[in-house]
Amino acid sequence: MTHRCVHAIPLLFIISALVFLLIHAAPGGPLAIYLSNPNVRPQDIERLRHALGLDRPLWEQYWSWLAAFVRGDWGYSFSDGRPVASRIAERVPATLELVGVSLACAAALTVPAGVYAAVRRGGWFDRVTASASLAGMSLPGFWFGLVLQIVFAIHLGWLPSSGRATPGADDFADHLQHLVMPAAVLAVVLASGWSRYLRGSVIDVLGQPFVVAAAARGASRQRLVLRHALRNALGSLVAIVAVDAALLVSGAVVTESVFAWPGLGSLFTEALARRDYTVLMALLMLSASAVVLFNIAADVAHAAIDPRVAR
Amino acid sequence: MIRLPAVVLGCLIAAAVAAPLVAPYAPDRIDLSSRRQGPSLSHWFGTDELGRDVLARVLHGARVSLAVGLLSAAIAAAIGVAIGGIAGYAGGAVDAVLMRATDGVLAVPRLPLLMIAAVVLQPSVPLLIVLIGLAGWMETARVVRAEFRTLGGRGFVEGARAAGAGHLRVLARHLLPNAAQAVAVSLTLAVARGILLESALSFFGVGVRPPQASWGNMLYESQATLASEPWLAVAPGIFILMTTISVNLAGEPLASQPD
Repeated sequence: MTHRCVHAIPLLFIISALVFLLIHAAPGGPLAIYLSNPNVRPQDIERLRHALGLDRPLWEQYWSWLAAFVRGDWGYSFSDGRPVASRIAERVPATLELVGVSLACAAALTVPAGVYAAVRRGGWFDRVTASASLAGMSLPGFWFGLVLQIVFAIHLGWLPSSGRATPGADDFADHLQHLVMPAAVLAVVLASGWSRYLRGSVIDVLGQPFVVAAAARGASRQRLVLRHALRNALGSLVAIVAVDAALLVSGAVVTESVFAWPGLGSLFTEALARRDYTVLMALLMLSASAVVLFNIAADVAHAAIDPRVAR
Repeated sequence: MIRLPAVVLGCLIAAAVAAPLVAPYAPDRIDLSSRRQGPSLSHWFGTDELGRDVLARVLHGARVSLAVGLLSAAIAAAIGVAIGGIAGYAGGAVDAVLMRATDGVLAVPRLPLLMIAAVVLQPSVPLLIVLIGLAGWMETARVVRAEFRTLGGRGFVEGARAAGAGHLRVLARHLLPNAAQAVAVSLTLAVARGILLESALSFFGVGVRPPQASWGNMLYESQATLASEPWLAVAPGIFILMTTISVNLAGEPLASQPD
């Protein structure tokens, strides 16, 4: 475990360098918005460049950016001048809500579907879920969102097409209605990958000698599947789930944008449209660090579910 | 046996290649007298706000989308085989460094990274292909590395070395052919992913730029009039879905085939 954590540190360095270099590869660098503004004179640009430290060597800029980032000083948004940290913080609840609900729904779909498909391997349920998950994995999420909007918001008028709440009518039912479609899109996309994986690993475990031995000792079918196969299969599913759970921190860029859900994903597309590099860098760093940390968490969880892994 | 996904894929590619011949109209032919029309016999998939034929645009869009999917996957596979191959063959510190780097790139969310790169670089279609390829090599690298590690310990590789085969010969004659199936599987996944990434980038207005049609930017343009002209959103999406499903299905027997 400490081994994994030690590995995470160079990994975070690589990621931060990648993010930093990418933003600095932009023509005009962080000053691009000023360069295209005819009212900003060249000498002003020079002064800004000096004031912001952009005339210093690249590694020095990188180092001071990283040091500040680690301390929690994420700079100020280019578009409205507010601290990046507070712009991000105000979007966190919406993303936690959407992604949290979607992860829970996806898990609720995955476990019964994956296990039952594995147990009745080759049966009609297996074939149906196999086709459904293939379609889900091939589906462009944003298009699925558009189709749901056409059907349920425009045609049937059952659900609001976008946003998180109707202004003025901020009650629980209204909130829930806004949540249904974006959560459905995310949950379907997540569950189709997960259930396929879970099915495969349950089948794997069911074929292993210790399960056959347990069956020979007279363990019930139910005990074999739930106690032996599911427990072992869940351990490895956790690794996949953890990577997707990093969406909690990065925000679901596509889904949030299609449904104008005011979370971190929408913040990303808004910042992108305004070339708001400070916000983009912070969001990218956050999501990459989240993937690394959630991977470590997945190892811990895997070891807790399956003690053989801990060694 | 000829399989359905291969047939669908073949038809799509043929239609894309022959788009100028089979499309009923030119993709950018503006006809203001028949704007915003629903599907009909003369316009199977309807027309958009400039009276352009959606079927013609979908067929021409197929050229861009399929080219991006196939070529970006080829780039991704080439880089992945190179990096994974070097890591798996060399082992030791080289392996450790390359795989850490792979983990690092893999940790950065792919679509946001590409969106930033696309905004920064304003790519043409060829550059877009390169960018998507550069963002997709990590899975192949991991697979190839794992294959090379297991193969390297097998008797026949050791035997070849003992018989005096050099590094290049071991790599080209013994390791690569045996990893080919794994590479093929990751290649099909990369094609589907490339098509989805292109459509997502274009959907956000940072991929293929109008007036050139791509499935993604047709969906981007459909968003404004979703309520009055829903057919604009249907056709491109179905084509994306049809393509990615066929590509994924085409890869499935490869994945389950015993080698």
